[in-house]
Amino acid sequence: MRVGKIEKISGSVVVGKGIDDVEVGEVVEVGEDRLIGEVIRVAEERFIAQVYEPTSGLKPGDVISATGKRLVAELGPGLLSGILDGIGRPLEDLLKLSGPFISRGIKVNMLPRDIKWEFKPVVKVGDKVEGGDIIGTVEETPSITHKIMIPPGLSGVITHIEEGRYTIEEPIARLNTNGGEKEIFMYQEWPVRVPRPFMEGGRLPLSEPLITGQRVIDVFFPVAKGGAACIPGGFGTGKTVMLHQLAKWSDTEIVVYIGCGERGNEMAEVLTDFPELVDPRTNRPLMERTVLIANTSNMPVSAREASIYMGITIAEYYRDMGYDVALMADSTSRWAEAIREISGRLGEMPVERGYPAYLPDRVAEFYERAGRVKALGRPEREGSVTVIGAVSPPGGDFNEPVTIHTLRFTGVFWALDPDLAYSRHFPAINWLKSYSVYADRLISSFAYSVSGYAKELEDWWTKKFKDFPQYRERALRILSEAAEIESIARIIGEKALPDDQRLVLLTAELLKEGFLRQFAYDEVDSFCPPEKQVMILEVILDFHDKASKLIMNNVPIEKINGLPVVSKLMRMKYHPEGITHIQEVNREVIDSLSKLAEEYSLVI
Amino acid sequence: MVLDFRDIHGKIYRGVKEIRGSLLILEGIPGVKYDEVVLIRAPDGVDRLGRVLEVGEDSVVIQVFGDEMGLQIDSVVKFTGATFEIPVSDDALGRMFNGRFEPIDGMPPIHSSELRDINGSPINPRARIHPNDFIQTGISAIDGMLSLVRGQKLPIFSESGLPHNRIIAQIARQATVPGKEEEFALVFAAMGLKNDEARYFIEQFRESGAIERSVIILNLADDPAIERLITPRIALTIAEYLAFELGYHVLTILSDMTNYCEALREISAARGEVPGRGGYPGYMYSDLATIYERAGIVTGRKGSLTQMPVLTMPGGDKRHPIPDLTGYITEGQIILDKDLDSRGIYPPINVLPSLSRLMRSGIGKGKTREDHREVSDQLYDAYSRGLRARDLARIVGEMGLSDRERLYLRFADVFENRFLRQGEYENRSIDETLDLAWEILTILPPEELVRVKEETIDKYYYPALSRVEVKG
Ligand SMILES: Nc1ncnc2c1ncn2[C@@H]1O[C@H](COP(=O)(O)OP(=O)(O)OP(=O)(O)O)[C@@H](O)[C@H]1O
Ligand SMILES: [Mg+2]
Repeated sequence: MRVGKIEKISGSVVVGKGIDDVEVGEVVEVGEDRLIGEVIRVAEERFIAQVYEPTSGLKPGDVISATGKRLVAELGPGLLSGILDGIGRPLEDLLKLSGPFISRGIKVNMLPRDIKWEFKPVVKVGDKVEGGDIIGTVEETPSITHKIMIPPGLSGVITHIEEGRYTIEEPIARLNTNGGEKEIFMYQEWPVRVPRPFMEGGRLPLSEPLITGQRVIDVFFPVAKGGAACIPGGFGTGKTVMLHQLAKWSDTEIVVYIGCGERGNEMAEVLTDFPELVDPRTNRPLMERTVLIANTSNMPVSAREASIYMGITIAEYYRDMGYDVALMADSTSRWAEAIREISGRLGEMPVERGYPAYLPDRVAEFYERAGRVKALGRPEREGSVTVIGAVSPPGGDFNEPVTIHTLRFTGVFWALDPDLAYSRHFPAINWLKSYSVYADRLISSFAYSVSGYAKELEDWWTKKFKDFPQYRERALRILSEAAEIESIARIIGEKALPDDQRLVLLTAELLKEGFLRQFAYDEVDSFCPPEKQVMILEVILDFHDKASKLIMNNVPIEKINGLPVVSKLMRMKYHPEGITHIQEVNREVIDSLSKLAEEYSLVI
Repeated sequence: MVLDFRDIHGKIYRGVKEIRGSLLILEGIPGVKYDEVVLIRAPDGVDRLGRVLEVGEDSVVIQVFGDEMGLQIDSVVKFTGATFEIPVSDDALGRMFNGRFEPIDGMPPIHSSELRDINGSPINPRARIHPNDFIQTGISAIDGMLSLVRGQKLPIFSESGLPHNRIIAQIARQATVPGKEEEFALVFAAMGLKNDEARYFIEQFRESGAIERSVIILNLADDPAIERLITPRIALTIAEYLAFELGYHVLTILSDMTNYCEALREISAARGEVPGRGGYPGYMYSDLATIYERAGIVTGRKGSLTQMPVLTMPGGDKRHPIPDLTGYITEGQIILDKDLDSRGIYPPINVLPSLSRLMRSGIGKGKTREDHREVSDQLYDAYSRGLRARDLARIVGEMGLSDRERLYLRFADVFENRFLRQGEYENRSIDETLDLAWEILTILPPEELVRVKEETIDKYYYPALSRVEVKG
């Protein structure tokens, strides 16, 4: 090991000297406790490292040694259902070693060394393999098969391959490469700041929606598998709850959830809830497909910066196996602030609100790691990483660098609205300000994917589905019309409005209460299957059409908004019988509106 | 912390190069550690406490916590070699200290072999137990709509002139966990409070008998401002010890965090750091998190640490960096409102922008009551509609409102006057609070209550309606 000395300490930043060949990105061990750090700048004689643990007690002259390694993730079986800190240390192990409070200088491996995994080879001696090729599998959890791949860049002929139970430290294959015989293990290391490679030219178009079971997202502002979305909002507007919802219900095989500079209790909540929740698609506990990274707000700032890269590297690794992965980062603002804080300690010139000039590059690099790709190696496979980032703008004002730059590099904007949050309309996603660049393309494919769901209703669906994109349009139009009418109503009062406009307000209310509003903790409504989403929309719009006809024929609005079926339309989403119940409500809509029509001797 | 210069071991240095506000800059001194505590004796004979903020081979920057007036270049600095530690013990209960943990009640300092670094260590998120024990405060707005649970950090956002002290005192007096009799302790830390405010609290604690179970730490308005940076950390170090070593359920009150943040800004400015929003340093979020995140419940330990920080919003603006960053860290916020206060409503809690994030896990069947969540949701909905109707009525007059809007207007009035408003010594049980909520909801016809399930309406609305009819 190459050893130098500390020259200066300021917060998490340490200036060192005496190691000539030290490189940017190299991991160093600092002081007697061998605190973990990473070199972030190298000048002629000195270098600067950020330290991932508290630096109290360090002094000039203390040793600092370079490890020759980059900050890497250990990638292999044992990641799923685990919780790691920002530099990849399992929090479970830290708990065992240092108790409930994290102490300094603890060294633990990212992956468990004691578990024996059942390795099943899929290649044989004599096979020629190269980087990315799958050579065997391991049942990592009952719902996920882990594919063991040749690390990128390596190639050769298999000279030996094992089958049976091994730990990740026991070689399971040997490879004859140009550079001689190489042992292959069930895990590989990858520097977290470098995107993992995929097939050249292998970026695929995004055409499949991520189904989240959240109506406002799936129907109005969808995100594509492999796309990126951002959810900015002031404190308490519902970012974390939404990310938790997406982590629970998204139809991906793998979920990586990064708690970056946020609350410890929120991670505790995930750890309490997820093992008990069942994935509606696999019927297995959700935890089995989830990797958690937690670097909470009271943990060292520099490790917060690293946590984002740790998370996305893990996500890419599962993508490379051919899985669809969703990654949630809460909150990317804390990551950006960590970059700002370190930049400040380096005395760099800030450009906007204290952020360094390279902030947009960092943001872009991160979201660029989302995508749907052809993976490296054989057999051919496709995988995706969808990235969803929370943004916490100061004062809830979106006009600030992190929100602005994030919007530039993501295609979906879920704008959280404090007024909606104050009246407890959740998710507080503003339907007039949000957008999705994928909407047009995905809506038709959403419709398609939905019709595949409900086999028994196939006919009914195919009929409806042709119209589904129009439903979406119409619903959005009613909502925006209602917003205009409301602004007039705020001046003259609702009573003074003509009845057709009051009907638009009523339908908008039905859409808001009965469709958009979705209580995350309701047993039935937390996840809304796509066919149910479409059906609720359809029934409400049907109501609107029929009611419009009555209004046109001078039936007073009071007659309509006083109907008992109105509050049923708002509540039908909660009913445990789901679609059957909604169909009942639909019949009741028809009945009660026809009765009204009869009363006024109309035919509708 | 015994603060006699002669009693403390350490290396002594002269040679202060520069004094910048509360910062001392010295030549490089071998062996000085980052973050270690120093004592400074100035020619005026007064000893001050300091901390190494930055250390290099050729310079040391020290932050002085004591009074900066009187500091001189020929001050003597003693390096203790240790980070800031205090002796912890339950002997601190019933005692009163200044902001540096020196006794101010005429009794001897705390002696204990247990010394703890006031910065604490981060709780491993894996070790946290998600809080879910409902604390009944006896205040309807809080219990019904912003429920507090053990281990939560729930601040009060106030403005000067609003009765946050009375509310805090009422909570401290009334807080119980229904059905549980356990060891309870109070840690009260004042940062820059006025003398009469501090006296008010002490009297209150004395009257209610809580003083025996309280640790009171006072940095008052005329005490050194920079000391406020350590006061809350001292308080939390004791609180953590009481909670996680001795098993107490500790309520920690930190008031006023705005004064703390101002001290932080002062230091940052003296160091010449790039100022962030409002002149506060860019790292204020992380710094505040090292205070607020010290609340919680951890596996294998009996007690809990609940925090109620109080802050005054400069200019009454919730988006000011201090309330803003606080709200981003804490598990909700209770916001007090000038308008309600000026209409004589106590407690003037503006429930709409207020929030308790841990409410969900603390309420419901087996904890409070099965209808709690729904009724609370419905109150939010109805009250926000009522306020909208009130705004509209200001423009078009009450006559211009539709019947429905008029109902909601009436609801808002009754909500404020019967549900929100209560006596300073009125202690409502959670059942009383929820029953009252249903009674005022009977102003609305049942079809309006769309945030409540039909079964819940059957079970609670109609009985409430008959109660209201009986009462007339
Ligand atoms: N979909 C939802 N269903 C029910 N309640 C919700 C929903 N979304 C948000 N909430 C409520 O709003 C509160 C705040 O939400 P959340 O914690 O997600 O806010 P946030 O935007 O992450 O805030 P911060 O930036 O401070 O972390 C939650 O505690 C919950 O009570
Ligand atoms: Mg959040």
